[in-house]
Amino acid sequence: MAAYPPLRLHVPEPSGRPGHPSDFSYLHLSPAGAVRRPPLETTPAEANDLAFGLVRVLDDHGRAVGPWVPELTTEQLRRGLRAMLRTRAYDARMLIAQRQKKISFYMQCLGEEAIAIAHALALAPGDMCFPTYRQQGLLIARDDIPLVELMCQLMSNARDPLKGRQLPVMYSYKRAGFFSISGNLATQFIQAVGWAMASAIKGDTKIASGWIGDGSTAEADFHTALTFAHVYRAPVILNVVNNQYAISSFQAIAGGEATTFAARGIGCGIASLRVDGNDFLAVYAASAWAAERARRNLGPTLIEWVTYRAGAHSTSDDPTRYRPADDWTRFPLGDPVARLKQHLVALGVWSNEEHDATYKEVEAEVSAAFREAQTHGSILDGHIPPLATMFEDVYEHMPAHLKEQMRQAAEEQQRAAAAAPQGATS
Amino acid sequence: MTTMTMIQALRSAMDVMLGRDDDVVIYGEDVGYFGGVFRCTEGLQAKYGRHRVFDAPISEGGIVGAAIGMAAYGLRPVVEVQFADYFYPASDQIVSEAARLRYRSAGDFTSPITIRMPCGGGIYGGQTHSQSPEALFTHVCGLRTVMPSTPYDAKGLLIAAIECDDPVIFLEPKRLYNGPFDGHHERPVVPWSAHPASEVPEGHYTVPLDSAAIVRPGRDVTVLAYGTMVFVSLAAAQETGVDAEVIDLRSIWPLDLPAIVNSVRKTGRCVIVHEATRTSGFGAELSALVQENCFYHLEAPIERVTGWDTPYPHALEWAYFPGPARVGDALRRVMEA
Repeated sequence: MAAYPPLRLHVPEPSGRPGHPSDFSYLHLSPAGAVRRPPLETTPAEANDLAFGLVRVLDDHGRAVGPWVPELTTEQLRRGLRAMLRTRAYDARMLIAQRQKKISFYMQCLGEEAIAIAHALALAPGDMCFPTYRQQGLLIARDDIPLVELMCQLMSNARDPLKGRQLPVMYSYKRAGFFSISGNLATQFIQAVGWAMASAIKGDTKIASGWIGDGSTAEADFHTALTFAHVYRAPVILNVVNNQYAISSFQAIAGGEATTFAARGIGCGIASLRVDGNDFLAVYAASAWAAERARRNLGPTLIEWVTYRAGAHSTSDDPTRYRPADDWTRFPLGDPVARLKQHLVALGVWSNEEHDATYKEVEAEVSAAFREAQTHGSILDGHIPPLATMFEDVYEHMPAHLKEQMRQAAEEQQRAAAAAPQGATS
Repeated sequence: MTTMTMIQALRSAMDVMLGRDDDVVIYGEDVGYFGGVFRCTEGLQAKYGRHRVFDAPISEGGIVGAAIGMAAYGLRPVVEVQFADYFYPASDQIVSEAARLRYRSAGDFTSPITIRMPCGGGIYGGQTHSQSPEALFTHVCGLRTVMPSTPYDAKGLLIAAIECDDPVIFLEPKRLYNGPFDGHHERPVVPWSAHPASEVPEGHYTVPLDSAAIVRPGRDVTVLAYGTMVFVSLAAAQETGVDAEVIDLRSIWPLDLPAIVNSVRKTGRCVIVHEATRTSGFGAELSALVQENCFYHLEAPIERVTGWDTPYPHALEWAYFPGPARVGDALRRVMEA
């Protein structure tokens, strides 16, 4: 009998830790313009190579090169950059608001702005996104969602459209094609497929777009979604935002080592792309390709967006405890805002001055919105929705047991108010 | 009116709703061409087409998760989990998503879905085809949990469930599919055709989702039961001669508390019967509600008759099953107290 050495458990580690800069050579990169653009009618099997390459349009000099260069007008590109700046300004202000204890919690999308905003540009009115908590760009890219209203959600105040029931950032905007965000990860991925199936059942032309992070691709719902999407050829885009980290867990802990998340689609028979998520043009081009396939009944597309979570997971997280503090500056795909800016400046349709002025403008807009939102109070100063809202919407019609519990809760609140010293009622 | 088994009544309910509402779709494992392992959807795909009635992958989480997405689009999905014992992979989608979607989105999105599940034992199904998990659902706010005991109620409750804008867990006591089984497994099977509740209207009607039924009026003791245990309790009353008032809850949660309270205040005694395991079973909730609402009317301790706190065994099925003898013993005990 052969003598075997003892078995050893492999536990993946990131290449960088605090004090040791990351070695990003683990990321397979393709040069801009190098990856082919298959016809929309491609069979998934004929597109397998795209799950291992990296679709990129913008090169290091800000030029748009190769087969994926999208047809976007200068005006669309300028609006896209402005939306990214608006998102960044919003995130920066809300982060400060949390530090000032004006909101209880926040999650920014710093470094990932291009993905949601360019994707939103590729969708049509009536399409439905099933986002995670880091796709606020889908909303902030729109003109019809007032920032004040988003902020009232963050403050859980009396103007919060969600009646103070959800953690900050868990928005819901059916009218903007933005499904209610769940804190339970991955659940929305299969729901997106179900929505797309419904659109096909009804003979509609709308499509769904499901979102998930690299970390939660390990959940069963991810694999279920791929199976259902393939089985029913659902008109859905399955987006995996690989920002390298799930809180402190490096993407290898979710199964990204020596393979790609896009490659998950191959075994399921789904056309799968791996795309530079910090390249606004590549994001738009890949999104438009996938959306067009879905709308032409050609089936689902899985897209892995390679990016980097530049900030903390949330305001409750401190990434310097588990990864190098300045990794983002070394991330080989750079900053999506800087890259689109470079492209527009190279085209001669943008300038440093215009860039700075635009950022100041959106900062002022965000600040004004926040001043207005604060006039409606917040969870931290007691300007919260009335007690009855706790019991409403559990069912369509309030059952007897909840009416009774609501009565008891109101009594409890009245007794507490009566017992409070005078002048201390607010 | 037509004489129907519970299977035919359930099929009729789905047939009626597929015909009335283009937004109703039905899917689950084996429910399409084959018509389901219990035949509840037989013929529906042929009648309404593959886009309305179809097979699903073996993925309960996927079946329910996709239904939530379809409901968000505007459909009214009716999905089948082949056995209630198999719902566990769908727990997150049921508990965290369907049940709370209206609440968390403040009504922006809702989950008008119906999840059908055959439940209960008495068919030699062993520990993976016999469970009664109703208490796992009644503990979840936002769900409605329903269990019919007759063909008439099965059709009326299922139509009401499909039309309801809340998510409904629709538990089907599979031992009652083909007849009103009273627990006497050693006796010949009694078909539904001999029972008045097998007379079922062919068209649309509903049974409200919050009303219990007094299936046997009585003066001595109130028996609270649902599903198969309704017929077991009726048999126990007859065999012991105790004048029991047997209440079929039909809607387990939210439930018809006034019907329960009125009865127990009248009889002064209460026996609660369910097939599920005892500890933290729904009987515990019923017992607490009766105690809170009827304490000064009680003349005897409340009794619970349930399955034992073990997995549902295969060989010892009838030693596990709370049959008429076990219920009868409880009836005698509360009368002697």
